[in-house]
Amino acid sequence: MQFLTNGQLDRRWIFLGMLLAIASPILLQVTFPEKPSPKTIDVFNAIDQLSESSRVVIACDFDPASAGELEPMISAIVRHCALKRHRMIFLTLWLPGAPVIKSNIRMLVDEFPDYRSGIDYVDLGYQPGAEVVLKVLTSNFKKQCSSDTSGRNTADLPITAPLTTIQQVDLIVSVSTGFPGTTEWVQYVGSPHKVKMVGGTTAVSAPSLYAYIPRQLISVLGGIKGAAEYERKIMDHYPQLEANQSAREGIRRMGPQFMGHMLVVTLIVLGNILFFVEKRKGTDR
Amino acid sequence: MKADKLLAGILLVLGLLVIIRASSGDMGMVYTRAVSTPSDAPPELRWTKYEAATPIESNEPGVAVSWPRTLGLWIAALLTLAIFSFLLGDNVLYKLAEALFVGVSAGYAMVAGIYDGIVSKLLSKLAPGLIRDSLIPGIPETVEPDWLYVIPLILSGMLLWRLSPKGGWISRWPIALFIGTTAGYRMVTYFEADFVGQIQNTIVPLLVFAADGSFDGVQSIKNILMVTGVLSTLTYFFFSVEHVGIVHRVSRLGIWFLMITFGVGFGMTVMGRIALLAARLEFLFDDWLWLIDPLNRRS
Amino acid sequence: MMKRTIPVMIASIAGLVLVVAHFIPPAQSWADEVSSWFQILAAVAFILGGASLFKIHLQKISDQRPGWGYSALTIVAFTVTLIVGIFKIGVPPSESFPSMPWSGDYVGDGGVLWWIFTYIFTPLNATMFALLAFFISSAAFRAFRAKNTEAMILLVTATVVLLGQTYAGTLLTGYDWINPHLQLKSIVDEWLMPVFNASGQRAIKIGIALGIVSTSLKVLIGTDRSYLGNEE
Repeated sequence: MQFLTNGQLDRRWIFLGMLLAIASPILLQVTFPEKPSPKTIDVFNAIDQLSESSRVVIACDFDPASAGELEPMISAIVRHCALKRHRMIFLTLWLPGAPVIKSNIRMLVDEFPDYRSGIDYVDLGYQPGAEVVLKVLTSNFKKQCSSDTSGRNTADLPITAPLTTIQQVDLIVSVSTGFPGTTEWVQYVGSPHKVKMVGGTTAVSAPSLYAYIPRQLISVLGGIKGAAEYERKIMDHYPQLEANQSAREGIRRMGPQFMGHMLVVTLIVLGNILFFVEKRKGTDR
Repeated sequence: MKADKLLAGILLVLGLLVIIRASSGDMGMVYTRAVSTPSDAPPELRWTKYEAATPIESNEPGVAVSWPRTLGLWIAALLTLAIFSFLLGDNVLYKLAEALFVGVSAGYAMVAGIYDGIVSKLLSKLAPGLIRDSLIPGIPETVEPDWLYVIPLILSGMLLWRLSPKGGWISRWPIALFIGTTAGYRMVTYFEADFVGQIQNTIVPLLVFAADGSFDGVQSIKNILMVTGVLSTLTYFFFSVEHVGIVHRVSRLGIWFLMITFGVGFGMTVMGRIALLAARLEFLFDDWLWLIDPLNRRS
Repeated sequence: MMKRTIPVMIASIAGLVLVVAHFIPPAQSWADEVSSWFQILAAVAFILGGASLFKIHLQKISDQRPGWGYSALTIVAFTVTLIVGIFKIGVPPSESFPSMPWSGDYVGDGGVLWWIFTYIFTPLNATMFALLAFFISSAAFRAFRAKNTEAMILLVTATVVLLGQTYAGTLLTGYDWINPHLQLKSIVDEWLMPVFNASGQRAIKIGIALGIVSTSLKVLIGTDRSYLGNEE
């Protein structure tokens, strides 16, 4: 007890505790049941209630650093759109977002081989300029995205040919972390032009988006919890996904999440108990 | 000292286990399937694409171990461990990994800037024919050079002048364009979405009645709390008024609402960081060490 | 005039064109042109950044300052990535234009840049941030103290969120005899996030918006010239 109160505890022991807390559920493949929250259900309904073949813009605005939280989320969204036969327009405002789009398209084509490039989906790649890109998209879509990553003119592709502005799409799904991200999509596209939007962000960014709900942003998925709930909701609605282990990535990560949270709560409580004990000792003296 | 020796011993044992497993081919192998593509092109224009495959497909035609990707996987795993070694203290391995990261990031950013910015947005305007014949075949034949884009070409050159030891002021012109553009866009956007929009979001009924006319007490309480929270927090932010009397009490309430906001933020931050760690450990245990197989790729 | 007046004029005119275009749609085409130029300059800024990095590390190597070896590695990594990326080494043509060898995406599958991104950039980027989980746990033990009422509110809220966002919330309160609205998960999903958190976030956004508007206005009318630097 002495070494705890005197601040002599080597922090590497805490690191080891965290490592064991996260590694054990992964190795033992512990999972827990998930119950979708109202916000998750709103995101689900926004995509599910669109008519078949609706145009959905999917903005993959994140880098590998946030892939741990957002990759399961975006995979689930892409799968859901494919199950509803929606047409998907992929683009990113982040430099490292381009390979993220490619890996999701690979998954899409793998699981839904009848999806055709240029007709059912298109990869518009990285668009430099952050929020300025969004502004141009709202006035002249083809000026901003004149070609896709395969070098084809967007005016020639059935999926993008009719689009003059981004407001013409049926839904925008922004999966993002930091700047530029869902906040900028709301500020420059969703709010001023009343375009239907849902968001998916890291847990760090999610709280700030609640200020926009529901008038400027339909709803938001927050972090790995949001991803896990969304996966559960899709599987409840489309039972054929139960056999697809790739569709449970978020649910799998909630096992280590549980242990990690318990450890942090324990450390906070323990730290405060020791603080008050020390304080009392100091007062008694 | 004892703890350090114990740690070194554990790491040595783990390292030996990894070497033994690796030499028996029981971990860290990446398989690919060779596919001739595109399928609708004449044979002389086709090439071989290597798609990801799983070990259980290894007996299928075209599926084999991909040595470049296997090497890549091992490099990725060792780099991951090198970064994690920072937890034991700053060391050479971490610094090497960090230096590599800085170099690769900068190089990647430059390549993306060249292709997605300069080629796609500038050169395709100034020399559409050349770009059409080489890099972006989809540019229509009817597109003529747009000489207005000489202006951003000149501004780009002026921006790069920043690298010169003399004449640094030359780069102020393009930087001014950056600043002016950002200021112009943000002034209107933030006013609409974050000022007017948020005020609109806050104007909600304090007594809520459902469509059938019944009183919704829960939603009413939520709305009252929400409006109270926004107004009291804004009162706290009014630093030009002295916080005494009623203003002090209301701003104190605002601080409490802010503390709840920050508490939510902290809880969610912890959740986010743990998820990132779980993802990296999953990579090490599944893709590299083959200790788990959640996607049934090996059994 | 060239060093200060013209840049201030450029900033003001560019910004004003964009503001006017918002209210007079026929002026939108001018705004789109300015925006296109902005994007080109944003891309050139990456080149400037890369070149700057090259210059700094090369200087460190030539001066033989401590740690110059790491700078050498940075330069080698930078140069290799740049060359394989610019020359699209290993990148196949676009499947839509198979006869055009340079039409493929620079980060297309199978290319060397793709390999570098997947096996070097991704693990390094992801693991750097994964380290934070360890530091946050250490900070939780050493620094998060409920020293006063406000800190207590923050920590209690954080604890409720941490428990409610995992199965712990269900284990502690997910029983039929507890009112569903009072279960930890519901407290987080129906009260903390959309009511308390949203109200605080709204007030913060309003404050930030006013700050941004006033700063932007100062730039547009030429009062704020801090972006020009301190040189004459």
